[in-house]
Amino acid sequence: MLTADEWEIVGLSLKVSIVSVVLTLPIAFALAYLLARARFPGKALVDGIVHLPLVVPPVVTGWLLLIAFGATGPMGRIFSDWFGVTVIFRWTGAAIASGIIALPLMVRAVRLSIEAVDRRLEGVARTLGAGAWRSFATVTLPLSLPGILAALVLGFGRAIGEFGATITFVSSIPGETRTLPLAIYSALQVPGSEHAVFRLALMSLALSLLAIIASEWISRRSAGSRPGHVL
Amino acid sequence: MSFDVRVRKALGQFTLDRAFNVDTGLTVLFGPSGSGKTSILNMVAGLLRPESGHIIVNGVTLFDSAKGVNLPPNKRHIGSVFQDGRLFPHRRVRANLLYGYRLAQPADRWLDPEKAIAFLGIEHLLDRWPASLSGGEVQRVAIGRALLAGPRALLMDEPLSSLDEPRREEIMLVIERIRDELRIPILYVTHDRSEAQRLATNVVELEQTEKSE
Repeated sequence: MLTADEWEIVGLSLKVSIVSVVLTLPIAFALAYLLARARFPGKALVDGIVHLPLVVPPVVTGWLLLIAFGATGPMGRIFSDWFGVTVIFRWTGAAIASGIIALPLMVRAVRLSIEAVDRRLEGVARTLGAGAWRSFATVTLPLSLPGILAALVLGFGRAIGEFGATITFVSSIPGETRTLPLAIYSALQVPGSEHAVFRLALMSLALSLLAIIASEWISRRSAGSRPGHVL
Repeated sequence: MSFDVRVRKALGQFTLDRAFNVDTGLTVLFGPSGSGKTSILNMVAGLLRPESGHIIVNGVTLFDSAKGVNLPPNKRHIGSVFQDGRLFPHRRVRANLLYGYRLAQPADRWLDPEKAIAFLGIEHLLDRWPASLSGGEVQRVAIGRALLAGPRALLMDEPLSSLDEPRREEIMLVIERIRDELRIPILYVTHDRSEAQRLATNVVELEQTEKSE
């Protein structure tokens, strides 16, 4: 049905999106928790910076990543010195770009959910013998699960469609960074490739539809028979 | 002395400044709303920190500003039952009941779950979700959950105020049995005179709090 090249593109897209969303989730959760619960000077600034990728043109985000992760950039040095890896022009770089673009949506989803948690229930857990961490793990975390699932779905949806930051940051290298949107764009540049574009676009639609159906299924399952606290 | 309390804290516009020292049994903190009753319970539970004073329950110092003692709520062994029950909505009744029991040291568990469930008459509710319970059922489960954590004293914050008359009577009978059979010291907040008269061993009257200077 699909050619080997097409499988490679779809597989790469899934790999980049899943890795980026899974790695971004803990960061998004920590930021969301901080923004929902903590009071500190400069909170508005942190909030603003988190939301920047939502409004800045993705090409600018990609360019900033290029500077930060380049061979002489601060993040690039850290990655090459500490982990011995370069992310520029690599699929890992595509995952970083997607993750940063998806971050604001994920933070928003988780934050809403954390803000909806009744803090008095955490107090109840404490009076029943739970320490602060256990109270977090048994009350706060499970009650914010709907937001975490929403963040995964929104983040994945955003990551799988990411184009501007990715092509700017890691270019469009077949088999390495050429995800579905980039492949569609490259195909469009070649005269007479309407058929290839059509097939890729169809795959993109199918993937998106699958993601939506999967998210519905997950949220139904997680909601289960317990009423009352589903978003 | 069951409860030896002296606490002071600025709360918004007024300063809460209270002291009482009561013996065993059920002690009613009686007073109009805004007199700081719930704040005092939260201070005993460890959920609200007084600016100064001391809280000694059954001879154990839970808080003492002079000595720098302030036990966290999970080290106080004080059970709490709130006005609205506050069951964990994401756990079934059984898991709610056993939450504190599972965390307690075996030596601290003085009530057997089977006994508690029979005592409260909630065996038919164990597999239900809290959202499907009536007000009276919620309070039974909340009382069971607090007792099973093995507390050395119990705090009850207007546990009857959200219930209708027949339900109030049922839960009052449960509270009387806890007072008389389990013999655990109880600090009980209400603004209902008849409830106070019926349940109280001791009454601490709180007037409208004075304004701060």
